[in-house]
Amino acid sequence: MIAQVNGQIGLAYAFVEREIALSKRYWAWEIVWLVYGVVTSLSVAYIGLAAPAISGGQVDEAAISRFVLYLLVGTIAWRFLGIIFENIGEVIAWERWEGTIEYTFMSPVPRLTHLLGMCAATLVRALAFSIAILGCVTLFVPVDLSHANVISAVVLLAVGALAFIGLGIASAAFPLMWTEKGLQMAYIVQAIVLLVSGVYYPVSVLPAWMQVLSTISPATYVIRGMRSALMDGADLPSLWPEVWPALVVGVLSIPLGLRLFVAVERYAKKTGRLKRSG
Amino acid sequence: MAIEIATRPREPDVMTTRDALVATSVSKTFKTEKSPRRAVDGVSLRVRRGEIYGLLGANGSGKSTLIRMFSTLLIPDQGAVRVFDRDVQHDELAVKRLINRVSVEASFFKKLSAMENLVYAGRLYGVAPDDARTKAHEILRRLGIAEDRLNEPLEKLSRGMQQKIAIARAFLTAPMLLLLDEPTTGLDIRSKREVQTFVQDLRLEHDATIVLTTHDLDEAERLSDRVGIIHEGRLVAEGTSDELRARYGASALEEVFMTATGRRLEDADEPERAK
Repeated sequence: MIAQVNGQIGLAYAFVEREIALSKRYWAWEIVWLVYGVVTSLSVAYIGLAAPAISGGQVDEAAISRFVLYLLVGTIAWRFLGIIFENIGEVIAWERWEGTIEYTFMSPVPRLTHLLGMCAATLVRALAFSIAILGCVTLFVPVDLSHANVISAVVLLAVGALAFIGLGIASAAFPLMWTEKGLQMAYIVQAIVLLVSGVYYPVSVLPAWMQVLSTISPATYVIRGMRSALMDGADLPSLWPEVWPALVVGVLSIPLGLRLFVAVERYAKKTGRLKRSG
Repeated sequence: MAIEIATRPREPDVMTTRDALVATSVSKTFKTEKSPRRAVDGVSLRVRRGEIYGLLGANGSGKSTLIRMFSTLLIPDQGAVRVFDRDVQHDELAVKRLINRVSVEASFFKKLSAMENLVYAGRLYGVAPDDARTKAHEILRRLGIAEDRLNEPLEKLSRGMQQKIAIARAFLTAPMLLLLDEPTTGLDIRSKREVQTFVQDLRLEHDATIVLTTHDLDEAERLSDRVGIIHEGRLVAEGTSDELRARYGASALEEVFMTATGRRLEDADEPERAK
């Protein structure tokens, strides 16, 4: 049993090692994504700093600092969750683009192991990017984390990662079914989640029907909980109302996403869609 | 010099099974915008262990569709495929452990080096990285690829070299059944000869069964113990080159092809139909 688990870990690590090697070879693109992440996060932070100028009213320093942190937590948490969703969602599209999809799917690696390996690689990448972006942003914008409860924030990020891994696996199946439009569909799902999850604003400002959507988005709970943890130092017991819904999404979406992926893989093998050229 | 290919422990019945591949009444139809197209039509064939079986046919004749069904990438509409007595659908993972495939286009991460690609492939098949590196060095030296090129991104190597590395990658994983899907198409004459010689040598030195698809008559005759001619999705003739020539009263395989299919191979070689 232990030997079998070790064997599967070794197989999963193949994908982690491959992704690290690809990141080194595509280093220029990695820098592009990092710069893009820093610039967009900074742009959002400056909106917070500009609150008095934009509103035309008096806003005290503490309120501005809180507003900046509110926006930064949203943008960086979304960046973290977004990288997970995008990278896992692009598993098929990326292999097809490289021309390796047939080789990977012909190899004797259980699909669960394959996808877990890709998830592990994605988590490393998402974490590294998010920390780097936060580090760069703090060089330009004062960030007050004196009240932060880091443990609560880390737990929420982990729960959010679980939920987005499940959603990412499900969306990775789209390009198997629709070779050209599948990835575009995944991006639309991601955009809608961004809109309804209160990344830059409280969901209470949304129309009622969008607020309904926000209740089924795990990002709503993760980002709201992250704000409570990092801005107000909320501890885990008090964050339970934000943790459990995201946890439920993760616990449900990962097995459901896997089942969907395996079913769609079989459909692709029946219809001849599992091809490098799509 | 013999190449030391890693041998992996196999189940006892794999080592004693006489037939490496058995396809029974296999058919596959694809839906197209105009009408359904039957790519493979009731093909039955048997490849014996240790044999090189050449599937000869024009572009679009169904060779690659058959190979994709043998390699678990495509599910037949009808019929069954067994690899070392394992069903490709119901025992997919076990079949995957026994096979490898080299396609007409080398499937690599082109930004990664030959060595990175080979170590990655080795990991997928349970070959330890150090072993993979050692074996890769041996195989690539045999194929005439200089050591200093092993760490260059693959996109900088010629197509011939990429194809040799693809074959090296397949042998690195010690497959019991190797599916070579037009491995020399598009290569220059020298590279083609080198790849053909490599395949012959490996077969002589190691316990591998090879199914080779080609639309090159010389290649089919030179490499194959038996040849199957596939035309419009059907296996229309099968046997050793000598048997086929005798059966069709022909002096060359080309004549056999013409008689069996009613067309010259060059004429039948129209652009490959969408699969």
